[in-house]
Amino acid sequence: MGTLLTLLLLFGELSLLAFGGGNTILPEMQRRVVEVHGWMSAGEFAALFALAQAAPGPNMMVCTLIGWRVAGLGGALMATAGIFLPGAVLTGIATGLWERFRAAPWRRALQRGLVPVTVGLVAASALLIAASVDSAPGLAAVTLAVAAVATLTRLHPLWLLGTGALLGLAGIGG
Amino acid sequence: MHDDAGRAGATATVAAAPGIAGLFGAFFLLGLMGFGGVLPLARDMIVERRRWMTNTEFTELLGLCQFLPGGNVINLSVALGTRFAGLPGAAAALLGLITAPCIIVVLLGGIYDRYGGDPHVRHLFAGLAAAAAGLLVALALRLAAPLRTDLRSAGLAVLCFLAIALLRLPLLPTLLVLVPLSVLVLRREA
Repeated sequence: MGTLLTLLLLFGELSLLAFGGGNTILPEMQRRVVEVHGWMSAGEFAALFALAQAAPGPNMMVCTLIGWRVAGLGGALMATAGIFLPGAVLTGIATGLWERFRAAPWRRALQRGLVPVTVGLVAASALLIAASVDSAPGLAAVTLAVAAVATLTRLHPLWLLGTGALLGLAGIGG
Repeated sequence: MHDDAGRAGATATVAAAPGIAGLFGAFFLLGLMGFGGVLPLARDMIVERRRWMTNTEFTELLGLCQFLPGGNVINLSVALGTRFAGLPGAAAALLGLITAPCIIVVLLGGIYDRYGGDPHVRHLFAGLAAAAAGLLVALALRLAAPLRTDLRSAGLAVLCFLAIALLRLPLLPTLLVLVPLSVLVLRREA
């Protein structure tokens, strides 16, 4: 199977699994891209994730970047279409049906049941990304400090990313 | 669309429904400005500035978007576009939202590719990546906070965490087991 088609199908599948937003599929994305397809190392994956975080826009831009890294501009387009289109089509259809099921008990039960799963998935993403990024004690300290500041204050994330980059430049990672 | 009775409340007026160009332009700006999370900006633009819908309508639409797979803001752009201008509206809003970020992210990738071998650039990105990981940890903590008082939900979240992060199980089978289990366990107290 061609790489472009593989990218389209992989991200299309991930798109439909992304309950609770893009961060829930990061572990599976890493597993496929790094372990199953061997397109890049875990460190490279984390670097692309960081690059995507530094760019504006929705948090799934990392998919565009992975597609671009794996297969150039065509790869970027395929990955982008794959990650956005299936969910978009579902949403378009569901917008029309939503009102009808507003009070349905199954909808509320499902919504409730999805919450803990979403929390677990995002926590798994955080651990996996942190583990592949923090290759030195100084970098781990940056991750912990940013986590603390972002949890306790409403400081704009861009300040934290900028500070992290400067600390890295100053040699905190050794 | 002019059922004012249903919109009585804080915001007195709701502006006219946007067209294709209006949708594209508004979401293009959102994509361009949305550093570190587009959602707060989206609410501000849709409810406060352009007054396309009331706060309640926005929250309901967001609920739908969170319930569906995919990014919340991506889904929101499609839902809003569909509602105001059908399929062309959905396409305009979605393309508006992702065009600028796609170009920027590929440019950043190009810069990283060209200068990534330089030790300074390497150190810079190591620090950036560590900070980005920290933001993700913070997001996980914020999402997990409400589960502290709910032992069953917390247990299910830990189970999911263990399956994915430590056992590294594939996502689809894990979801097929965990989601029904979670719905079943939490059903009784609803």
